[in-house]
Amino acid sequence: MIQSLELRNISKRFGAVVANENINLGISSGEILGLLGENGAGKSTLMKILFGIYSPDNGGIFVNGKHIKISSPADSIKIGIGMVHQHFMLVSNHTVAENIALGLSDIPFFFPQAKIRNKINEFNNKYGFDVNPDAYIWQLSAGEQQRVEIIKVLIRGAELLIMDEPTSVLTPSEVSALFNALKKFVSAGGLVAFISHKLDEIMDITDKVVVLRRGRVTGQVDTGDTTKEELARMIFDRDVALSVPFRDSICGSSVLEVVNLNVFGDMGVEACRNLSFSVRENEIFGIAGVAGNGQKELIETITGLREPASGSIFIKGKDITNKSPDIINASGVAHIPEERMKFGVVSSLSVCENAALKDQNTHMRFRGVFIDYGKIKELAERIVKEYSVSAPSVESIMGNLSGGNIQKFITGRELLAEPSLIVAAHPTYGVDVGTTEFIRKKLIEKRDTGSAVLLVSEDLEELFQLCNRIAVMFRGRFMGVIDHQHIDMDKIALWMTGVSGN
Amino acid sequence: MWRIKIENRAVRSYKLSFLTGIVSVFLGVIFTGIIFALWGVNPLFAFYKIFSGSFGSVYGWQETITKAIPLILISSGLSMAFVAGLWNIGAEGQMLLGAIPATYIALKLGCCLPAGIVIPLMFIAGFVGGALAAGIAAVLKEKFRINEVISTLMFNYIIAELVQYLVYGPWKGKGQWGFPYTDNFPSSATLSVLGNTRIHYQTLIIAVLAAVIVYILMKKTRFGYDAKVVGANPSAARYAGINFFRNSVLIMLISGGLAGIAGVGEVAGIHKHLTYPWTISAGYGFTAIIVAALAKNNPLVCLLISVFFSGILVGGDTIQTSLQMPSSTINIFNGIILFFAIAGDYFLTHSVRIVKNG
Repeated sequence: MIQSLELRNISKRFGAVVANENINLGISSGEILGLLGENGAGKSTLMKILFGIYSPDNGGIFVNGKHIKISSPADSIKIGIGMVHQHFMLVSNHTVAENIALGLSDIPFFFPQAKIRNKINEFNNKYGFDVNPDAYIWQLSAGEQQRVEIIKVLIRGAELLIMDEPTSVLTPSEVSALFNALKKFVSAGGLVAFISHKLDEIMDITDKVVVLRRGRVTGQVDTGDTTKEELARMIFDRDVALSVPFRDSICGSSVLEVVNLNVFGDMGVEACRNLSFSVRENEIFGIAGVAGNGQKELIETITGLREPASGSIFIKGKDITNKSPDIINASGVAHIPEERMKFGVVSSLSVCENAALKDQNTHMRFRGVFIDYGKIKELAERIVKEYSVSAPSVESIMGNLSGGNIQKFITGRELLAEPSLIVAAHPTYGVDVGTTEFIRKKLIEKRDTGSAVLLVSEDLEELFQLCNRIAVMFRGRFMGVIDHQHIDMDKIALWMTGVSGN
Repeated sequence: MWRIKIENRAVRSYKLSFLTGIVSVFLGVIFTGIIFALWGVNPLFAFYKIFSGSFGSVYGWQETITKAIPLILISSGLSMAFVAGLWNIGAEGQMLLGAIPATYIALKLGCCLPAGIVIPLMFIAGFVGGALAAGIAAVLKEKFRINEVISTLMFNYIIAELVQYLVYGPWKGKGQWGFPYTDNFPSSATLSVLGNTRIHYQTLIIAVLAAVIVYILMKKTRFGYDAKVVGANPSAARYAGINFFRNSVLIMLISGGLAGIAGVGEVAGIHKHLTYPWTISAGYGFTAIIVAALAKNNPLVCLLISVFFSGILVGGDTIQTSLQMPSSTINIFNGIILFFAIAGDYFLTHSVRIVKNG
């Protein structure tokens, strides 16, 4: 039995990046520990160390006061640690029972189905799961699939459950069912490590909270003794340093108009709920928020890659709701996509060929049906020059360029098309400091020449530096919209974690 | 210590794609040679027989060119589909579904209308028939996510059975002594040939034109560019606003249509009637896949490689008579070449070097 589990002085670096530094925390039997922090704060790394996927550079794991070595997930399962991943690892064409049996060692030779079924029903009764052992995974909702994942872990004898952002794909009623099950689990002596960045949930379910920021523990409190406001202050950096100060602009007439937009996500959860907003000429409108709160779906809907459930979208008064991407492109919408390698370029084609990818460029570069390769080459050379893309030549294969250069290329291609609206999703994510500054400057340049910019980012520094207005998105809604003059870090931090309040 | 170092290549090289083609054929020759040797035949003698049978005499050349006609048509069409990431394995069936309506026109109208009307009608009907077979697969793929490899492959069997049903049943010829053939086409519905050869030059002209047109379409037009993007990165194609459905369906229609024309050429130029499916096509639909793969989906290169593979087919007939080896030995040769041609693609995008550690 695990009575207590402690992490002492855990440090982990990836190259020059410090993922975890000197982390100390402990959980005892009967407790739910909340692990709070932004994306990239080091929560997942820490839990992967605990589960044996990574080994720490320093420090150790202690169970019941005894130092133990965990060098693989098999070790941690043996000790009684189980992890429920954020992304389910189930075979969708198999039944629940078959998925649970997968990789299980102590299945009897005779009537294995009966044993698995009994076990599943046992857990069903104990935790109120109501999982049908004979249902196929593809028939199940996200919440039901998660229960299968939990049973998978429990059947292997887990006493400590690591839940990695378990509520991100659940509906509110599924969330409360999950919380009831977790409470039953700990009241029987189990332990839970609950990763989240949603303050309401942390306040609801946990007994104590550890807050991480940039790989370090910035707070450790009993849930009963704290408030959401205090936790929010621990999560986000108080003093975001602005390398380039914000420069104001006078906004013109409205370019993008979104009216009562409702969109469903891939798992059938409502991703955008009744959103209405507008972005004007000479304005950068920022959307802040932790990833997975509907930003991706919103952008896909505006750019024509996803159909909305209801609502309308207008560009300069023209209705583009449900139009195909080529019509939206032709209406003057540029799109710097979130997944640049997947959507932004064709990595097996040359730089030249990639310059012609978007319609707003190509319609003037194709003479009737024939391609004008001379013009495409001119355009490619112009992008490479004006956006300082470092490429051996415009005939080089796109995929061989570095990520930063590919991003500069995409930015160049999109911005040189003289768009009236620029939709930029995480435009500086994962690129170096120099490229980041460059892309930000170009966006400001475009704003100053009359474009409207919709900027989705998780980087608050970026949003503060660029945006005239910032909306904070949480579970598909805007928690609030704030002007640059009235930026209030405390307010934004609370909104990002789902706490409204004025 | 030595180790293998693998890197991505920065630029595509045409020299290199030529080289991998040559090397795959060469390796094909070596491995097939081993099989000849195991059969107890001197491999050098066997290859001499194959290539002298097809390229060593005037008659050989005539036969080689005759059999290259369907290969050129089909491989040009397939190269388009392959560029767009559509794995059309059903040219065999598309060819037959081109032959069926052409036969119908030949038998119904051949008696009473001049060749100048009947022959073009037959080619048009053949194109439409082949296009239909491939187009259905494209619609199934884009609308219902049914894998086109499966659907086109299965259509081969369905259409072959349809041909058999027709020649054994309702279309069985009165004057064919009980053989499962349709009646012979009247002269206004048969293609003229060059001199004493079997080269039905009208189809040959269409084939060469088709290769050139497909080349221009794929390399020089918007349509070909879109196809390339769809094949290389479907997500980017969606992002760029390329109309998937229209692009895929059009490509499959043309691809199947060209196979259909090949079918018309075979029934109206060679056999002069509809007959067993395996008599109409000597596996052209499958051999053309290898042609397109070796040609790196370039239809102009398909022209040359079609002649080469046609030579191998003709040579296969020769070794059957002179060496008493099954002519299907040739299929082993073809298969090995395809294997190495596909494996060779890896070296086009990666450079593999052996370097010293340290």
